[in-house]
Amino acid sequence: MEGELGVLVVAILQAAVRSGTPILFVCIGEIYSERAGVLNVGLEGLMLVGAITGFYTSFTTGSAPLGVAAAAVAGGLFALIHAFTTITLRADQIVSGLTLTILGTGISGFFGKAMIGQVGPGFERLDLPGLAQIPVLGAVLFQQDAMVYLSFLLVPITWWVMFKTHLGLAIRSVGENPGTADSLGVSVARIRYGCVVFGGAMAGVGGAYLSLAYTTMWIEQMSGGRGWITLALVIFAGWNPAKAFLGAYLFGGAEALQLRLQAVGVGIPAYFLMMLPYVLTIVILVMASRSTLRRRIGAPAALGVPYAREER
Amino acid sequence: MPLRLELRLDRSRRLEYAVPLLSVLLALLVSGLLLLITGVNPIVAYAEMFTEAFATSYGFAEVLVKATPLILCGLGVMLAFKMLFWNIGAEGQLHMGAWGATAVVMTGWEGSPWLMIPAMVVGGMVCGAIWALIPAFLKVQLNCNEIITTLLLNYVAILWVAHFIYGPWKDPESFGFPMTKQFPAGAQLLRFGDGRVHLGLVFALLAAVILYFLQEKSRWGFEVAVTGNNPIAAEYAGMNSRRNILLVMLISGGLAGLAGMAEISGIQLKLLKDISPHAAPYGYTAIIIAWLARRNPWGVVLVSILMGGLYVGGETVQITMKLPVNFVLIIQALILFFVLGGDILSRYRLVYRSREVPVGG
Repeated sequence: MEGELGVLVVAILQAAVRSGTPILFVCIGEIYSERAGVLNVGLEGLMLVGAITGFYTSFTTGSAPLGVAAAAVAGGLFALIHAFTTITLRADQIVSGLTLTILGTGISGFFGKAMIGQVGPGFERLDLPGLAQIPVLGAVLFQQDAMVYLSFLLVPITWWVMFKTHLGLAIRSVGENPGTADSLGVSVARIRYGCVVFGGAMAGVGGAYLSLAYTTMWIEQMSGGRGWITLALVIFAGWNPAKAFLGAYLFGGAEALQLRLQAVGVGIPAYFLMMLPYVLTIVILVMASRSTLRRRIGAPAALGVPYAREER
Repeated sequence: MPLRLELRLDRSRRLEYAVPLLSVLLALLVSGLLLLITGVNPIVAYAEMFTEAFATSYGFAEVLVKATPLILCGLGVMLAFKMLFWNIGAEGQLHMGAWGATAVVMTGWEGSPWLMIPAMVVGGMVCGAIWALIPAFLKVQLNCNEIITTLLLNYVAILWVAHFIYGPWKDPESFGFPMTKQFPAGAQLLRFGDGRVHLGLVFALLAAVILYFLQEKSRWGFEVAVTGNNPIAAEYAGMNSRRNILLVMLISGGLAGLAGMAEISGIQLKLLKDISPHAAPYGYTAIIIAWLARRNPWGVVLVSILMGGLYVGGETVQITMKLPVNFVLIIQALILFFVLGGDILSRYRLVYRSREVPVGG
């Protein structure tokens, strides 16, 4: 590609990967959780908890990677609440998840007050030697930060775990038919706890990406609906980590495009452009729902259903 | 898992009422610990919150002001929950209602209040209802997950309102603030007493009465309840659940739209940003209210007044003790978690490593 247009397209694609990365982390985490049969609609709150924890840790210690680690721990701990109420107490997963979102929004706002307006250390661009020089693709994929590369690795690993290992088989069986899995000696509760906590940790990491790489500051409610968008993308991806790539970057593309269009000014009012990622997500969800209806593929059969051995 | 649930054989009815009460106390206890960490004496803070909200006439009037949109949104959300339709889009429906009511004012028509206010009510309710019907339609036609669509439409509605107050409807004399001109007197809701309590409260209470009769005394209310409890049985009984979902969301969105209309016509007197408090938006609090009210319209009224008290108390300690107002959200979430857990524990007993349940036992 040549000329100004080519430069513009590469810049938008590069930004699309950056915008899609936080979603990709959260999406991968939620795939584990939903594959095991637990819906977590609290992702929005978990992302916020991750974003403030990551920012605070990195701001006080000066280390962004430590911030990510702390965000993962915080996300995991908050998800543990959801695991306890839905797996041990068998409470309604939707209500518990909604509560988690409200709690995460409140807690992050409460403790984040002192951090507003501060700029902290974050992830710098890190060109991968060799790969970064590939025309177009190099600029889009390999002139990014370390977190983006981590997300690249996470997708094939998740695919391998989910479809090629005993653990993945256990996770899927617990989500499809917990009764059978239980009778074969798989601990339904243990697998579900693990997946929910891991999903929460990934949501925390996704949130930390927003406050440590996408920007290097804390803004109240900075997740801006990305947790909810992820829920739609998991459906779009058909619970398949390989397709999560596509969904995340599609969203990232919409976000990057609307920001660029706002900057250039195209005669469309700015607030209508800002609607683009949300409207696109609804359109994607509608299309995914249509194909689900048609081909009869869908969610893990036991998604949203608590498991009680004595009621088997 | 070493922890497991065992069915209680001696399930007491007393617990059903004790659970919400205990949950509030536990939530206050846990958030009190949070306050202690940040160096605030929780007893002083709570005393100040409670006194301001419930022991002063100005404060209580403000509680009712906050309760007004909460009751309207809460009733709508509750009705939808009753049918197991997760409408978490009251916030967006409220914004569209406020927009619709403003659109009536913006036509420049200056009728008498006797025509103006009803026109604004209709404008608000219709816009709120349309916004709620989009996800309902997508659910009925394509089985599209309504949790996600109702929520995402909130963001779209808020941006839609922002477009108008930053653009075409912006008051040229607002010194750059994003807001419309103040509404003419004929477009303002009647206020009572010295405080800001307005006619919207009457709308809200009227809605509770109507919903009570609809829910408890009408055939349609029965259909909604049956569909929520057992969709398959409802289908066999020949109930048209698709039509009922659309109707339920029509009412639900209409009520949230009315909340938006009442808020701008009774309190703000113009369309502006943050019609609903940014830290704890009414539309989201309505979800908590609907859940805590146990599907009962009177419960919605009661819980809304309590939540209104939390808002007013939260605003007070924000000013006097510099507490972040997000604190309100934390208390709300904790109450809900404890109720959620408490409901289960009143039916089951949590035991540590009990013996295995014998076969057939």
